[in-house]
Amino acid sequence: MLRTALRSSLFRPAVLGANRVFAARFLSQEARAQIQNAVSSSPVVLFMKGTPSHPECGFSRAAIQVLQLQEVPEEKLKTYNVLVDPELRSGIKEFSDWPTIPQLYVNGEFVGGCDILLSMHQSGELETFLENSNIIPKVEGEAVPVSASV
Amino acid sequence: MPIDTANLEAAIRNSLNCTHIEIEDQSNGCGENYAILLVSEDFEGKSTLMRHRWINQLLKDEISQMHAFSQKTFTPKQYEIHLAKGVQG
Repeated sequence: MLRTALRSSLFRPAVLGANRVFAARFLSQEARAQIQNAVSSSPVVLFMKGTPSHPECGFSRAAIQVLQLQEVPEEKLKTYNVLVDPELRSGIKEFSDWPTIPQLYVNGEFVGGCDILLSMHQSGELETFLENSNIIPKVEGEAVPVSASV
Repeated sequence: MPIDTANLEAAIRNSLNCTHIEIEDQSNGCGENYAILLVSEDFEGKSTLMRHRWINQLLKDEISQMHAFSQKTFTPKQYEIHLAKGVQG
């Protein structure tokens, strides 16, 4: 029964609108392709609320600050403001299977949200990761992050 | 159904062996903003991303009703180190 219901609703998106839970589960192929383009549009892509110079949420502000502290070059960073695009706001959550904003992608791969980004930053893992992903230059002969010290 | 810390804790304890749970309602009472800290040996061998995805899935319905949600996930060993460092929250 359920399967029949799901299959038929796939072809009638208008019906889905009545039920947000179902609507959220089916990202159209077109929307999925657009988001795929967005996540690979730059080596580092951040989906956030607001813009880097004007973040509109504390979590997004923290995420962009971490990227700035890591000195991610501007030409390698692209941000999308989900507040000006409701479709993107819901679509990216389903695409990444992640319920919150911000969301960080590096080289087309989902890295995590604000909590993960902050803990990686604090442990020094983020710097290594960004170096290995060719986002920031490797610094040779310099002190390693505290958490990695011998 | 409104979300409260008891609901959240029950949902977590149902599926997870937790030695320590902190659930902080940061919403000033409206029930829409939570930060949780979980310590469980079930996290052993799982990356942070995997742990968070697991918890997100577990609390899917609750999170969808929230405005903000933040989590920290430790194994008992990691939590000891975390406490030893004296890192806040």
